[in-house]
Amino acid sequence: MNIPEQAFIFGAGIKRTQNRSYIVGGKDGRLAEPKMVERFEEAMLPHLAAAYNLARWLTRNGPDAEDLVQDAYLRALKAFDGFRGDNGRAWLLRIVRNTCYTWLQENRVQELATAFDEEVHATEDGSTNPETLLLRSADKQFLNEALERLPLEFREVIVLRELEGLSYKEIAELAGIPVGTVMSRLARARERLQELLTLSVKEP
Amino acid sequence: MLIHAYVDGELDLLSTVKLEAHLRDCTPCAQAHKNLQTLRSGISSGALYFKAPNHLAGRVHLALQEADHAGASSSASVQEMSRRMPSQRLPKRMWWQFSWAWAGVAAALAMAALVVWRLDPGVSRRSQNELLAQEVLSSHVRSLMANHLTDVPSSDQHTVKPWFNGKLDFSPPVKDLGAEGFPLVGGRLDYLDDRPVAALVYQRRKHFINLFIWPSDSGSGQKTVMRQGYNLFHWTQSSMSYWAVSDLNSSELQEFVHLVQNHTRGAP
Repeated sequence: MNIPEQAFIFGAGIKRTQNRSYIVGGKDGRLAEPKMVERFEEAMLPHLAAAYNLARWLTRNGPDAEDLVQDAYLRALKAFDGFRGDNGRAWLLRIVRNTCYTWLQENRVQELATAFDEEVHATEDGSTNPETLLLRSADKQFLNEALERLPLEFREVIVLRELEGLSYKEIAELAGIPVGTVMSRLARARERLQELLTLSVKEP
Repeated sequence: MLIHAYVDGELDLLSTVKLEAHLRDCTPCAQAHKNLQTLRSGISSGALYFKAPNHLAGRVHLALQEADHAGASSSASVQEMSRRMPSQRLPKRMWWQFSWAWAGVAAALAMAALVVWRLDPGVSRRSQNELLAQEVLSSHVRSLMANHLTDVPSSDQHTVKPWFNGKLDFSPPVKDLGAEGFPLVGGRLDYLDDRPVAALVYQRRKHFINLFIWPSDSGSGQKTVMRQGYNLFHWTQSSMSYWAVSDLNSSELQEFVHLVQNHTRGAP
């Protein structure tokens, strides 16, 4: 069906507006201005997909990711007063990331430790077979497994760069690391991914 | 490492030029570059993006609302709150779920719309009508898209009209125009112009017509709008506001409008 996208979006927008004015009006006129929580939702709920995707990749687990996204949103709501920037997505993702890291520290300590080990053990390998790579890069399952097996810090930069399309600078701010580190981490993450994709044999 | 910055578009101009020259001469680097592109296109194809479950938006919304209430009355820990939230609880009206991809964009637009609406007291009736037209059109499109054309599917006007009893504070005139080539398909409750309205659905061949009706004492006259390939007719009659919208061609929709107008002229 041919959908007039503009119309629909605009319409949905109005629907939202109505919903809001309804809520505000219905609450014994306590507040004339849109409530903070509503401003927050308008600004941040659009980034829910990105928040979930990041949490899902960091935790490698759906239900945990859901819980953490919810936690992150609640944290973000508390901090929303201090949000002045224009990059709501990066701001929210930073909170999601922190929430996930806290959770990982409490529940998956060994994961954080492994990240270190693997970084040391990572080998540079120039002998990537292009054909195999081409084949497996197109295979969702191979890709998924390879990325899941990447150490946390590598996985994270790949997700932020390749799936969310964030710039080095945004990633640097988000993860609290220098831009140079983002670049080197990303380079190593990709090399590692190529290795995993071309060298690994799927376990039966 | 430079190749990575290069494919990410993070290399300055001078280095980019140098690197491109180098890639032309150096086979291993060219191959590495190619591999990198292969890998990137695989990763960013969207296959790896985990889609948030549909209920998550509703769940987060509910948690936020509850935290907001709790924050107003007591200082219960927000973290606590989230733990106590059973994941199955969903809000009643889940239009959130409807589509987050759009709702995201919509929310931004809504903000803009609201600002204009609220901040500019001089918004003329004309532009309000424009917005309403847009709203009407959206309702029409949504009704076709969400597979929710009718709440009461019936071609019998004596079924459809009473169905609105108790659901609306007015009784919309309902008339089957099947004999004239516009059979009644059913009725539906909708929400427009800040109030519940009656939506009657008619059909002409494969085209559906949504006829929205609600009481309105303001404004009169007639108005025709064409938007995104849809035709919209608006008129006011016997203190009722009517909007007919369809992808049907303008002249046939006009015909439909005349039929409705004739039938409602004498009707209660």
